Amino acid sequence: MKAPTSAEQGGAAWLFLTPALALIGLFFFLPVAASFLLSFTDFDIYAIADLANVRLVGLRNYTRLLESPIFWVALKNTFYFVLVGGPLTMAVSLGAALLVNAKLVRFKSLFRTLYFAPFITTLVAVAIVWRYLYHRQYGLVNYALGTVGIHPIDWLGDPHWAMPAIILLAVWKNFGYNMLIFIAGLQAIPEELYEAAYLDGAGPWRRFRHVTLPMLGPTLLFVSLITMIGFFQLFAEPYVMTQGGPLRSTTSLVLLMYEEGFRWWRMGYAAAVTFVLFVVILIFMLLQRRLRQGEAT
Amino acid sequence: MTPKSLILSPFAEFTLSAVEGLRVTIPLVAALLISCGRERSDGKEVTLRFWAFGREGEVLQELMPEFERQNPGIRVRVQQIPWTAAHEKLLTAYVGDATPDLAQVGNTWIPEFAALGALEPLDRWLARSSVIDSAAYFTGIWNTNRIGDTLFGIPWYVDTRVIFYRMDLLARAGYREMPATWAEWRKCMEAVKRRAGPDHYAIFLPTNEWAQPYVLGMQAGSSLLDAQGRHGVFSDAPFRRGFDFYLDLYRSGLAPALGNIDIANIYQEFARGRFAMYITGPWNLGEFSRRLPPELQNAWSTAPLPGPTGDSSGVSLAGGSSLAMFRASKHKETVWRLVEYLSTTQQQARFYQLTGDLPSRIETWHVTGLADESRARAFWLQLHRVRPVPKVPEVELIATRVLESAELVIRGGKPVDVALRELDRDVNTILEKRRWMLDRAASAVSLRDTAR
Repeated sequence: MKAPTSAEQGGAAWLFLTPALALIGLFFFLPVAASFLLSFTDFDIYAIADLANVRLVGLRNYTRLLESPIFWVALKNTFYFVLVGGPLTMAVSLGAALLVNAKLVRFKSLFRTLYFAPFITTLVAVAIVWRYLYHRQYGLVNYALGTVGIHPIDWLGDPHWAMPAIILLAVWKNFGYNMLIFIAGLQAIPEELYEAAYLDGAGPWRRFRHVTLPMLGPTLLFVSLITMIGFFQLFAEPYVMTQGGPLRSTTSLVLLMYEEGFRWWRMGYAAAVTFVLFVVILIFMLLQRRLRQGEAT
Repeated sequence: MTPKSLILSPFAEFTLSAVEGLRVTIPLVAALLISCGRERSDGKEVTLRFWAFGREGEVLQELMPEFERQNPGIRVRVQQIPWTAAHEKLLTAYVGDATPDLAQVGNTWIPEFAALGALEPLDRWLARSSVIDSAAYFTGIWNTNRIGDTLFGIPWYVDTRVIFYRMDLLARAGYREMPATWAEWRKCMEAVKRRAGPDHYAIFLPTNEWAQPYVLGMQAGSSLLDAQGRHGVFSDAPFRRGFDFYLDLYRSGLAPALGNIDIANIYQEFARGRFAMYITGPWNLGEFSRRLPPELQNAWSTAPLPGPTGDSSGVSLAGGSSLAMFRASKHKETVWRLVEYLSTTQQQARFYQLTGDLPSRIETWHVTGLADESRARAFWLQLHRVRPVPKVPEVELIATRVLESAELVIRGGKPVDVALRELDRDVNTILEKRRWMLDRAASAVSLRDTAR
């Protein structure tokens, strides 16, 4: 039997890759390229009636976007959500993972399931329940705060409190998934390291600081990237809880894009929002990588 | 012509004609196949696709058997679509070339779908009709279906805003009925507020509803947009006056600065007397009777909106839903028959009994006794003084901007004149495309004229 030449191998490889590449090309790259072009036009409801109503507007969508106060509010809200909600989710999920993974804990799988449950629950159902929890007069949260003498907070009606309320919901909803990944990471740390540290006289905090954290490094990086990318795309929570209000305090970039695109059919403008979001995420990721590299060296 | 194109042209013609040929034959064959299926003389039936929204869509099914009995060979397939998805669904249907034959269309959407060219102009159908006549309808509502000189919908049921109020709370403040002028209304609200407890208010105007600032602006004489809908006129004196009146209700504590979602249960709070007045629409006639406790059933009433100078200035919104035929329909004759059927007084009366929606035909109000019913009477009076919002597709987008400026003033403390100037600037940016299209259409007309 003759071994296949590299050309033959290449041909076979292409044959196997083609279906996947065709699908990605058709359903991912083509739409992305189309919406990039769209962002330089004023495609809107009139353009749906007649394509002759489309104008090439160059960078006008982008300049209008940068001039629009709503865009800056949405950008600020998105960063607020990512920078506060992201680390908080990480901390909560790491904490939960450490607790569930602790040797003293019984019923581990029960806790794991319980903590994971919010992640797989439908957001709309969750949002309805949380709306009751947050209710100013009859909500459980304010009732609990009332017992320790804190005045009722208008969680979803007060522009200062709406975003924290959304963050709390998002953290509760999402930490279960990260927790599972952290548990997997924790279980991969060899027991001997802890034993060695213990023999060297390291207490629980130092064992955590000098064994657990460094060994979790790659997991932490992965989880933080995935969480940040996911959090930048904040949409469903404000969409069902507050519709972006009050005073636009919970309007995120994706919600803004959805409104412009599918509520008002200003597709060109909406496409510009998506590309700004893309650039923002890209810069953020590059920065984060730079920081990690700086740490490493 | 360049030589190159000379050489190419026979070939080009050939391919073109082949394509043309295909383009002609395929629809021809398709049409033949379809017409075989649709021919009514050989016993096959026509199926109409009819989209209706929310509760109306549910109830509509019950009106169809009668129509199908009267018109053998015609079947109507009613598709019920939730209100929240209705607008999106109609638009995507238009983009995907899958519009129904007939649909219920909210009358503020008509300008948009007319601009898209999705709707069939109805004037030629109307001219031949013995059932539908504009004189039988409320004029203000009928006119919302007219864009320029063309009619695009037949009013199906009507909607406007009036005041629901607690008679007992007003009586305690010394008022036996709702005042008719702004000045009196304001005094009445102050009197109610003085007797109300802490965290109790004279009126509830949800900060997330655009109808109220729009209506008060229109009452003060503003047209919201200029003649052709080219620019906003929100910073001009008339709108400013209405807006000030609106904002002042919050500033002076007569109305709570709350949105709809901040109030868990409006009926409960109304029953508790947390507010004595509430501007809302006809669906709440039924809800208030059902949901308020029995002991309050004689304590609430309705009244037309007060106006700056009394009755005739107390205008309100011309709302409601129309029946609109789609241009792409293949069965327009039959569709029109269905529109006529649903527009008869008898069917409108049945529809009213099933839904509680207020009928669009004046005669139906007398037949059902609605015109004499004490609480519906406010709507009856109000419907004679309604104004449409500007008939431009951008109207709802502009409405959200108006609300946002109001919110900025109420909660953000922005000065009114600054907010309104910024509002106008924002609205003018939104309308830029419309201005461009109007100018282009105008220059096309003038070009055509000079060519003659």
